[in-house]
Amino acid sequence: MNVLVPDFDFHRVFIAPWTENLASFGWITLMGFLVTATCGWVGNFLILRRMALVGDAISHSVLPGLAVAFLLSQSRGTLPMFLGALVAGIVATVLIELIHKKSRVKQDAAIGIAFTSLFALGVILINLYAGKGGVDLDQECVLYGEIAFVPLEPMVMVGGQILGPIPVVRMGFVALATALLIALFYKELLVSSFDPALAVSLGISATFVHYALMGWLSVVVVSAFESVGAILVIAMLILPGATATLLSHRLPVMLGLTLLHAALSAVLGIHLALWLDCSPAGAMVVAGTLIFVAAWIFSPSEGLLRRWFRARLEAPAVGSS
Amino acid sequence: MTDAPPLEIHDLTVAYHKKPVLWGIDLVVPRGKLVGIVGPNGAGKSTLIKAAMGLMPISSGWVKVFGEPVKKNLTRIGYVPQRESVDWDFPVSVMDVVLMGRYGHLGLLRRPSKQDRDIARESLDKVKMLPYANRQISNLSGGQQQRVFLARALAQESDLYFMDEPFAGVDAATEAAIVELLHELKARGKTLMIVHHDLPTARSYFDMLLLLNMRVVAFGPTNEVFTHDLLQSTYGGRLTILSEVAEAVREKG
Repeated sequence: MNVLVPDFDFHRVFIAPWTENLASFGWITLMGFLVTATCGWVGNFLILRRMALVGDAISHSVLPGLAVAFLLSQSRGTLPMFLGALVAGIVATVLIELIHKKSRVKQDAAIGIAFTSLFALGVILINLYAGKGGVDLDQECVLYGEIAFVPLEPMVMVGGQILGPIPVVRMGFVALATALLIALFYKELLVSSFDPALAVSLGISATFVHYALMGWLSVVVVSAFESVGAILVIAMLILPGATATLLSHRLPVMLGLTLLHAALSAVLGIHLALWLDCSPAGAMVVAGTLIFVAAWIFSPSEGLLRRWFRARLEAPAVGSS
Repeated sequence: MTDAPPLEIHDLTVAYHKKPVLWGIDLVVPRGKLVGIVGPNGAGKSTLIKAAMGLMPISSGWVKVFGEPVKKNLTRIGYVPQRESVDWDFPVSVMDVVLMGRYGHLGLLRRPSKQDRDIARESLDKVKMLPYANRQISNLSGGQQQRVFLARALAQESDLYFMDEPFAGVDAATEAAIVELLHELKARGKTLMIVHHDLPTARSYFDMLLLLNMRVVAFGPTNEVFTHDLLQSTYGGRLTILSEVAEAVREKG
């Protein structure tokens, strides 16, 4: 049995990451929180617009954008990567609309076609050019991410103070920008998600909001890539918002709950990863899923337990004596 | 402001997947009228108001609102979409929905002010929904949902209203409340275009009727337009509806 599940060493799993190993595990946990919170915030709006699958599509479609940006700029710098992702995200969005509107193919099938073909194109591009030209894009890293390497990245120094490893600082900026954008354009996001026809009749272009959201989603996804990869990022997009949906009926509260979910996923995930000696990103997603299941069962308003009790209370007591 | 009619439509044609849904619509709606838009299913009633507001592309013709292209006069237009067109599980309160009616008056980056909240509250009060202001919208009945939509339209403080079947699936009390509200708006000089499904009530609710079936069959004061012949040519050979029409006309006579 001990071979399947590693021994549980309380000190190693719970104490060490916050004491002697804080320097590395602190950054990993913070990165996990930032990625989950940022993706979760954008994800809330995807869920409200019933576009969760589109998030899936964009996260895969970004791959060829990264490859092309890398080929053109010969660097893995932040700006070319963001631009590449942005363009790829928009292209994917346009492609989905185009297939859906200009053929008899329905939207779900159009999504399936657009993102798989773009992803395949990305795989080919990386296969062809990876390793050539000095710097390479690591397929493993793009698919699965490597959050454990975050503390090993060079530190960003500001005025002699260590701000943090480059990916963490970058993700921090994206997180702040996301919060700022949502705050600034809250009413446009709200009305175009709830009632697009009304939005247009008010002079707010629902189409523009759609593309802007997709574009920003691409930026968020690419900045999360490095740590969690193209596949697990989908979980970060959907789990926090889905969990929040079960617990509240107020969007601002849901955005707050998203942060809580992100923090819990990151902290529980890192401990789980230490215990099982597995990928922290994977463990964080598993932790996030467990939180979702807990909310599903225990939600005070409509959890499974609550429903069960209510059904019991309302059911006539037949044959009880 | 001007003497331009609230709504002027010339030679409007709208097509869905190359199939025309509306054909050569010509219409001048005078100010301060309560206009019912009636016609069979698929006659293009909803399409007409959506096209008039610029919500869907038009194939030919033009629409003017108070003498200007629609895009320039959006704040003078209020819209009540079909109730089923939105997700009532959406995580917002009644107040949030009504405040959306103010968004057209706010610029980019501006949040609703206290004044906007006051207007929203007054609008809710008019439809007797103020006690529900902080309710989550999924807890509302169909009639209450429709009242919230009407309150939102009131909060838009527009001069020309388009409403898509506001009477669909509401209780009798709400129906009466809506009728009262429409007359109050009319008395304040607003122009209202209402898509309506029920012929018998159409005659008593509206000043003017627009009989529509892909093209304008007739447009005029209700007592002139609500005739057997015109209704028959609007509804074509649909037997069940024709008998309903006959019934309605008999009641009138």
